[in-house]
Amino acid sequence: MSNWTLIIYCGLITYLTRFTMIALIKKEMFNDRIREILSFVPSAIFPAIIFPAIFINETGLFQIEENPKILAAIIAMVIGILSRSIIATIFSGLASYWFLIFVV
Amino acid sequence: MNSNFKIFLKGIVDVSPLMIPVVPFGLIFGVLAIDIGFTPLETMGMSLIVFGGASQIVLLQLFSGGASSLVIISSVGAVNSRHLLYGAVVSEHLSDLKLIWKIIISYFLIDQAFAISNEYLKKNKDRNRYFHLVGGGATCWVIWQSTTLLGIVLGASIPEKLGLSFAVPLTFLALLVNDFRKFINVIVIIISGTVATLGYNYVPFKAYVIVAALAGLLTAMILTKTIKTK
Repeated sequence: MSNWTLIIYCGLITYLTRFTMIALIKKEMFNDRIREILSFVPSAIFPAIIFPAIFINETGLFQIEENPKILAAIIAMVIGILSRSIIATIFSGLASYWFLIFVV
Repeated sequence: MNSNFKIFLKGIVDVSPLMIPVVPFGLIFGVLAIDIGFTPLETMGMSLIVFGGASQIVLLQLFSGGASSLVIISSVGAVNSRHLLYGAVVSEHLSDLKLIWKIIISYFLIDQAFAISNEYLKKNKDRNRYFHLVGGGATCWVIWQSTTLLGIVLGASIPEKLGLSFAVPLTFLALLVNDFRKFINVIVIIISGTVATLGYNYVPFKAYVIVAALAGLLTAMILTKTIKTK
């Protein structure tokens, strides 16, 4: 599949998830149980991207020792929990990562 | 009744604070896409056609990990499944509109615009209240396209050693800050992350994202049910 085909398919599926419900579904069809489960979607999907990006190194191996990303991610998480700020989380994580690789 | 333009402007004003984190997010996307090997035109095309930060970063992350196209497309679909809920929630306010307006508004149904317009739509009963959603979405569109472009331009001048790719997991981590305070969410996060890390090398076609997400949702289903029945 060429890059452009891939991009167009990804665009189509993204658009369809936005359009489908607006076009077809009425609010009554959603009950509280479905709404409750769907509220966990970010918590279920984002860690599947976060964890491997932190723990798996460039060669595809699990790496815990000498891995500054772990500590940086923990600092970012703590700052995030305390501040509830998206921007503070990203910047504190990047800043501690840079500190760990350039200074320590 | 407020004029269309006034409501559109209100949407812009309301969404503005949420645009601050979109700036580094867009920059990172532009830089990363070029770094991974997409052409500037393809990178711009992604932001114009897909127009979704999470989708586009997932696309990059899996593409660079060598995932098959089918896995990339279905993972993008999985990440976007939250839009189904957004759509269901706002459809109540859009049901009287012509199909052409539904087609246009769907393109702008993004996290930030939904978050602020959902509040507005609930409180206001003007027939043209959907202009608020268009205003919020259009603002995000402008920021997203311009920061993507800036990321593409700056790309070469940002040294690889800075480890900007680490900003990707950080961005997703940041989107979860409110969920770390809720018990069931924390369990779901740990289950999903562990399944993904363990499955990274063993689940075929790099489908570990979907497997982990389903494991997380199943956990949420079980936990919400057991906690309620107690």
